[in-house]
Amino acid sequence: MAQHCDCQTAVIDEQKAYQTLMQVIEDYDRKPSNLIQILHMAQAIFGYLPEKVQRFICEQMELPFSEVSGVVSFYSYFTTQPKGRHTIQVCLGTACYVRGGKKVLDALKGLLEIDVGETTPDRRFSLEVKRCIGACGLAPAVAINNVVHKRVNPNKLQDMLSQYE
Amino acid sequence: MFTMTINQQQVTAREGETILEVAKRNHIQIPTLCHLEGIHQIGACRICVVEVEGAKSLMASCVTPATSGMVVRTHTPKVRKARKVLYELMLSDHPTDCLHCARSHDCEFRQLGEVLQVDVSRFAGQRSKNLVDTSSAAIVRDNNKCILCRRCVSVCNEIQGVGALNAQNRGFGTSISPGGDLLLGSAVCAACGQCTLVCPVNALKEKDATKMVWDALADPELTVVVQTAPAVRAALGEPFGMPPGSLVTGKMAAALRRMGFDAVFDTNFTADLTILEEGYELLGRLAAGALANGAVTREQLDTLNLPGHLPQPVLPMITSCSPGWIKYAEHFYSPYLDHLSSCKSPHMMLGALTKTWYAQKQGIDPKRLFVVSVMPCTAKKYEVTRPEMTTDGIANVDAVLTTRELAQMIREAGIDFTHLPDELFDSPMGLSTGAADIFGVTGGVMEAALRTVYEVVTGRELPFEQLHVQPIVGLERIKTASFQFADVKPEWSFLEGVTARIAVTSGLAGAAHLLDEIAAGQSPYVFIEVMGCPGGCISGGGQPRPVNDDVRRKRLEAIYREDEGKPIRKSHENPDILTLYSEFLGSPGGHVAHNLLHTHYTVRSRT
Ligand code: SF4
Ligand code: SF4
Ligand code: SF4
Ligand code: FES
Ligand code: FES
Repeated sequence: MAQHCDCQTAVIDEQKAYQTLMQVIEDYDRKPSNLIQILHMAQAIFGYLPEKVQRFICEQMELPFSEVSGVVSFYSYFTTQPKGRHTIQVCLGTACYVRGGKKVLDALKGLLEIDVGETTPDRRFSLEVKRCIGACGLAPAVAINNVVHKRVNPNKLQDMLSQYE
Repeated sequence: MFTMTINQQQVTAREGETILEVAKRNHIQIPTLCHLEGIHQIGACRICVVEVEGAKSLMASCVTPATSGMVVRTHTPKVRKARKVLYELMLSDHPTDCLHCARSHDCEFRQLGEVLQVDVSRFAGQRSKNLVDTSSAAIVRDNNKCILCRRCVSVCNEIQGVGALNAQNRGFGTSISPGGDLLLGSAVCAACGQCTLVCPVNALKEKDATKMVWDALADPELTVVVQTAPAVRAALGEPFGMPPGSLVTGKMAAALRRMGFDAVFDTNFTADLTILEEGYELLGRLAAGALANGAVTREQLDTLNLPGHLPQPVLPMITSCSPGWIKYAEHFYSPYLDHLSSCKSPHMMLGALTKTWYAQKQGIDPKRLFVVSVMPCTAKKYEVTRPEMTTDGIANVDAVLTTRELAQMIREAGIDFTHLPDELFDSPMGLSTGAADIFGVTGGVMEAALRTVYEVVTGRELPFEQLHVQPIVGLERIKTASFQFADVKPEWSFLEGVTARIAVTSGLAGAAHLLDEIAAGQSPYVFIEVMGCPGGCISGGGQPRPVNDDVRRKRLEAIYREDEGKPIRKSHENPDILTLYSEFLGSPGGHVAHNLLHTHYTVRSRT
């Protein structure tokens, strides 16, 4: 009977998260002009902004879903996809681009079977692109969890990824 | 007043005018695309650019205020080239389907191409959008054709206060949609169709019913019955080149007969019926209130011709003949649905009667009857799909055509509309009073109801000149009036001295205002009329384009002309309605009437 299962705790966590979000909305006086700040906080609480969270915000603030969704999809720092445990950022700045950044990106896409902005189904990795991460001399560069990997060889990505569980 | 120069010409401008407005008044035509006067003025497309002396870049004339001494050039080579490039860029992301596109005759994008003399598109490229959303029962969105002008966004958010459409994503990925993966059919869309009136291209339109109707007409097994709403006759002439405000009641009946409909009925007939049902419902609510606080006895009420079961005394009562308004209320004001009259909209009543009373009279199997409603409205396409709009499992109405669709069918049938003779509607559901005509305009249902309610209670005519409740006539968003029941008939003594305040609104943003008052417990009204479209059905989402306040006013005048020209102007004096009650329905709100003519509402999510 006493099987270990954490879905119960997950439900409680989710409830807590919505309570916190509710508090945030209150703190911002439910003002539509504060929507962007509220969305920022919501993303901080949930890690991402799935439709369910957006709808909650709409209900609470009496805003149309199309408007909230419009704002979320306009700004690239909002994401409707859950984040992976590790965030891979492929540099496509000029230096990296000319020295194979694109190849690295394509190889990663193939390996992880996801597109830019997406997360692997096991939530291990999220894939993003960046414009210059300050390692131009050692291009192409990739940052994983903000740690920069230099002179990345598109044929040896597996080794690099295996360091991250 | 100050002066400025446009194209070497000295012109005077008024404070607050844009360059575009000054130019227009002085007969200088600057092409525009996204601009829609009074509704959408955000400068999205930049087609209207002009050269302003001293300015570094070209200026969008529709949003740039005119200033004293300004020197403007509207058609220099630089300006013309800029417009062409902008147009070509838009064209590169647009299908060139004009030959088989339903909007080609009045497509503003195609017409603009002509004005700008664009002959090639040099920027052929990837297409950004490909979604055709047919999920809604009323509106089809073809995102391929969308030029991102955002007029629909302005109308849906600001005029209607619904917000079912907004811009999503950014840059090349931008699209107009309900957001996320949501389709319009599951969004909060009221189905009002106001967005289809303003869309310059074929990106927003009604869902086609013409094929279904042609098929029914061709089916020898079916008896096909048609009915036309009050507002259709005041606009159907326009697609045939007649000026706005032309009344084409007789030609319309003639055209329908030539198209092969077996009976041509008038929704006006059941508009009169609605007045009796809704009027007595209001009186029932007032009586129930009086009974609850002891102002009247059961015995006295029994002497009145009120519905057998008194309704709940919930006031204000709100009209229910606009299905766009109903859907909106169900989404956004669901705790207050008991304020809505339980009456079905008039065309649903006519459908229900056709398949019962008329079927019995004619000895036709109701399953072999096909009812078509011609409506100024897109929301009625949605309304007929509601599960409660059936009687014994048979749909009350089978298909809804918009005024635009009917015009298209008349053309397709090769009928020379303007040369048709005037014909009459068919009996027994063709005769109507002036009260029914004014259902087509904002304030009309209220006025029609008051003409009957006041007379039932006092035995005298409604004390307004020409029977027009002047304060509620016109295009203002919210209109109010009040009157007093004085010298009432003895059996209505509990209403003696009661002052009735009423409010009328059209367009859903106005409705929101009145509903917020109800929610706050501060509504002073007993009766509210809401029509979902600004101006009422005359500018419903299914009416011929273009619609603006000028066109609205002309159609409105036509409707009042029709009313004043009728020998009978009060619903309760329509002899055919009285026959219907004595032959079939019994009394207003009685058992049969309740089953066939009344409905209930559904709570819906606000997202
Ligand atoms: S919407 Fe206009 S431009 Fe586009 S295909 Fe139709 S007629 Fe042509
Ligand atoms: S039909 Fe009305 S509610 Fe629906 S999207 Fe169009 S304007 Fe908005
Ligand atoms: S759907 Fe029509 S009105 Fe809306 S943005 Fe596109 S072109 Fe403009
Ligand atoms: S361009 Fe990639 S690090 Fe600068
Ligand atoms: S018409 Fe002026 S910016 Fe579109």
